[in-house]
Formats: sequence, C-alpha cells, structure tokens
Amino acid sequence: MTIEFTLNGRPVTAQAHPADSLYDVLRALNIASVKCGCETTNCGLCTVHLNGKAVLSCSVPAPRVAGHEVVTLEGLQQEALALGACLADEGAEQCGFCAPGLMMNVLALARENPAATDAQIDAYLAGNLCRCTGYMSQRRAIRRYLDSLEVRA
Amino acid sequence: MASYTNYVMAQSLEEAYALNQKKSAVIVAGNMWLRMCGLRRQTAIDLSKLGLDAIEETQDAFIVGSMTSLRALETHEALNRETGGAFREALAPIVGTQFRRTATVGGSVYARFGFSDVSALLLALDAQVELYKRGVVPLEEYQRETWDRDILTHVRIPKGRRAGIASVRLSKTDFPVLVCAASTDGETLRLVMGARPARAMVVADGLRLTADLQDWEALAGSVPLGTNLRASEAYRRKIAPVLMQRAVQACLGGNEDDH
Ligand SMILES: Cc1cc2nc3c(=O)[nH]c(=O)nc-3n(C[C@H](O)[C@H](O)[C@H](O)COP(=O)(O)OP(=O)(O)OC[C@H]3O[C@@H](n4cnc5c(N)ncnc54)[C@H](O)[C@@H]3O)c2cc1C
Ligand code: FES
Ligand code: FES
Repeated sequence: MTIEFTLNGRPVTAQAHPADSLYDVLRALNIASVKCGCETTNCGLCTVHLNGKAVLSCSVPAPRVAGHEVVTLEGLQQEALALGACLADEGAEQCGFCAPGLMMNVLALARENPAATDAQIDAYLAGNLCRCTGYMSQRRAIRRYLDSLEVRA
Repeated sequence: MASYTNYVMAQSLEEAYALNQKKSAVIVAGNMWLRMCGLRRQTAIDLSKLGLDAIEETQDAFIVGSMTSLRALETHEALNRETGGAFREALAPIVGTQFRRTATVGGSVYARFGFSDVSALLLALDAQVELYKRGVVPLEEYQRETWDRDILTHVRIPKGRRAGIASVRLSKTDFPVLVCAASTDGETLRLVMGARPARAMVVADGLRLTADLQDWEALAGSVPLGTNLRASEAYRRKIAPVLMQRAVQACLGGNEDDH
C-alpha cells in the first residue's frame, strides 16, 4: 500500500505492507537515527514525534500515519546539536545506541514541561532504556540542557 | 512478525463489527501488545477513525472511549480529582510516557491480562464496559469471560468513589508482581487484587471502614494466589496484606510513599 505523510517538514510517499510499523517505513526511507532495540515495545529507542508528541514508532501501524506529521532527529538538527553537546560534556554517551530515542523524548519533555524537576525528568524518561550509562550522567546532561533553555528564554 | 492481507480503516462501528465476525480478522487498537503476537490475519481492523478517543464527563460518570490512551487518563484533571489521583498513581508505572501515549484503555480491558494495573483500578471503581452489540456489562462480569468478537466501545467510570493502588515490581516499569486496588464511597470499601498472577478479581466489597479493617492477614488470606516466573505463591502471600493496607491508606487519603 502507498502512504503519504509529512516527514521532517516535507511531504513523502512511502510503500508499506499492511502489517508494517512506522519504524519499518522510516528505515526504508533511510532515516538512520531511528533504532529498534527490543521486540517487546518497551526500550524507547524507536521514539519519534507524531503530530508533535513522542511515540514508539515500532508500534504505530504504518497505515495510521497517512496524512500526519512525523519528525525524527534528522528534522531537529539545531536542538539535537545543543542537547548532544550537553550529553557529551557529561560523559552520557557510551555506545550511543540509545541516544537518538532518548533525545527525541527529552525534546518532547522540553516542550511539555521545560521547568521539569529531577523527579519529573525521571518519570518522563522511564521508558528510555540505556544499558551503558546508569542514567546519572544522562540526568545531569538533561538538567544542563533544560537550564540552558531557561537562560535563553 | 505479523502479516495482514488487508488493513482496513473502519468508517463505522457497524463495518468494524461486521468485519470482526470472521476468525481471520483482528482489531488493532494501540498495537503495543498485538505487534508482539506475530499474527497472520486476512484483515486488520483499525478503530482510530471512529472518534472513540474522547473522555466525556456526565453528571454521574466518566464515559471513556475505548481508543483513549492511558496517558490521557493519567493526565485527565477531572478524573483524577474525582478519584483522588488514582489514575495518575496507577498508570505512571506502565513502561514509559511514549508507550502510554498510544496504549489504549480498550485494548487493556479487552485483553484481560493477568498483570493489568488498568483492569485492577477499573474493577475497584466498579466500572462498566459498553460493547457494540451486547450493550452495557459490569466490568466484574466481563473480566471473568473469555475473549469474544464484539467491539468494546466505551468504559464507564461511575463518580463518587476515591481509589488507591499499590503494587510491587521487581524493577521500575516492569510488570507488577502483585497489585492491590481499593476504592471507597466514604462509608464502605471495595478491594481488588490483580497480578495474582491470574486476572484481577474483587476480593471484598461493602467492607465497613472501621469495623472490618482489623485483620489484613485474614482478608488477604482468602485471595487465590499462584506462582509464575516473577514470584512464588508464598512470596505473594507475604506481601498481599501489606499491599492491601497501602492501597486502603492511599484511597483514604494518606498517600504514603512506599519506597
Ligand atoms: C512491554 C509491555 C509492558 C506492559 N506493562 C504493563 C503493566 O505494567 N501494567 C499494565 O496494566 N499493562 C501493561 N501492559 C499492557 C498495556 O498497558 C496495554 O494494555 C496493551 O498494550 C494493550 O493495549 P493496546 O491498546 O496496545 O491494544 P492492542 O495491542 O492493539 O490489542 C490488544 C488486544 O485487544 C483487542 N482489542 C483492542 N481494542 C479492542 C476493542 N476496542 N474491542 C475489542 N477488541 C479490542 C485486540 O484485537 C488484541 O487482541 C504492557 C504491555 C507491553 C507490551
Ligand atoms: S524498538 Fe523498543 S520500544 Fe520500539
Ligand atoms: S549509551 Fe549504550 S545503551 Fe545507552
């Protein structure tokens, strides 16, 4: 089947099987930032924004995306650079495989609740698993990023 | 991997229902669970275009469309005000925010998972389900039945009860090892136990707030519990009275931190 939607601000037309997920479609469109880290819908690596909200692309049925807006890390280069620098400064990237999914959810949090407390950050990001860092460096980096937004605002 | 021959965006409930009468069809809601099942089906029926994602407040109930996300319930102000924040407490431990944004209440209730926090809370609140053909059925009854081919259109949550929930998880965001949900109308209590590991069930109703709340061991002792890979029956027996007490405390307003 043919699916038309908006990807990172541009209209795209994709081919998909009826049981494909948005993740399958994005990978077929060479969107390399989006990763799949589990078969059980709970790792968060496949996170993208659908109509401005963070969702797990591995579970969104591809046909449901028709006519909607999808944004991946490729579409948020400026914010990704600033957040990526915070992550690097705090040593929060080790293998880095979890980073794009984490960043997409942090950017969603920054829009929804830019003044988030540490407890709110933890709760919001509980569905982003990382097997390397132990999360403390990530939390410091996210704190630093959110604080930098406040300074600019 | 799942495989469907056709993916149909249902345009009406009648169409969805008619298509779903064939064993070769399957309803797609949040797809969070379904995607792991790897089903081969002729027809996948998508309910997302039927306007079933609204929470409507009436004088005596909240009428929740089956495609409403867990996140919408978790963050719904009036619903949480009415129940003492029970939806926020009960749903926040489920996987993550992205997950809860597309997991639906209808998929949770229809599936009748043993581990369901969602069903435990809704049972404690004495919710009803609305089925397209069959009409309104108490959740307590639906919860005991086997999976049929009707379509769950709404969940009705009656007003007038506060609720509390307590669970134990081996690690955050994992399935619960045991869940207890309690609700009160101000005079009596209703208690539900879930993740036993079998389906959630009402273990007591109409308990008087003062007189009947002395012996947690005895109350919990009557609940059928079992063993699965997360915990043994003996372990569940040990923690059941404590969870009951915590859930009751939470629903009576003393929302203590359990960690
Ligand atoms: C990794 C993981 C962890 C989880 N952890 C928890 C947890 O800790 N606590 C908890 O409570 N839950 C948990 N769940 C369950 C989750 O909250 C949802 O209940 C589950 O994903 C089903 O909802 P869904 O919208 O994704 O339904 P789907 O996966 O789309 O559908 C589930 C089933 O219900 C049928 N169905 C769906 N909607 C309808 C309808 N309206 N009418 C008739 N049939 C219908 C489908 O055909 C399918 O058989 C977990 C799920 C996963 C995948
Ligand atoms: S790939 Fe793990 S949640 Fe989507
Ligand atoms: S840095 Fe390796 S999984 Fe997160």
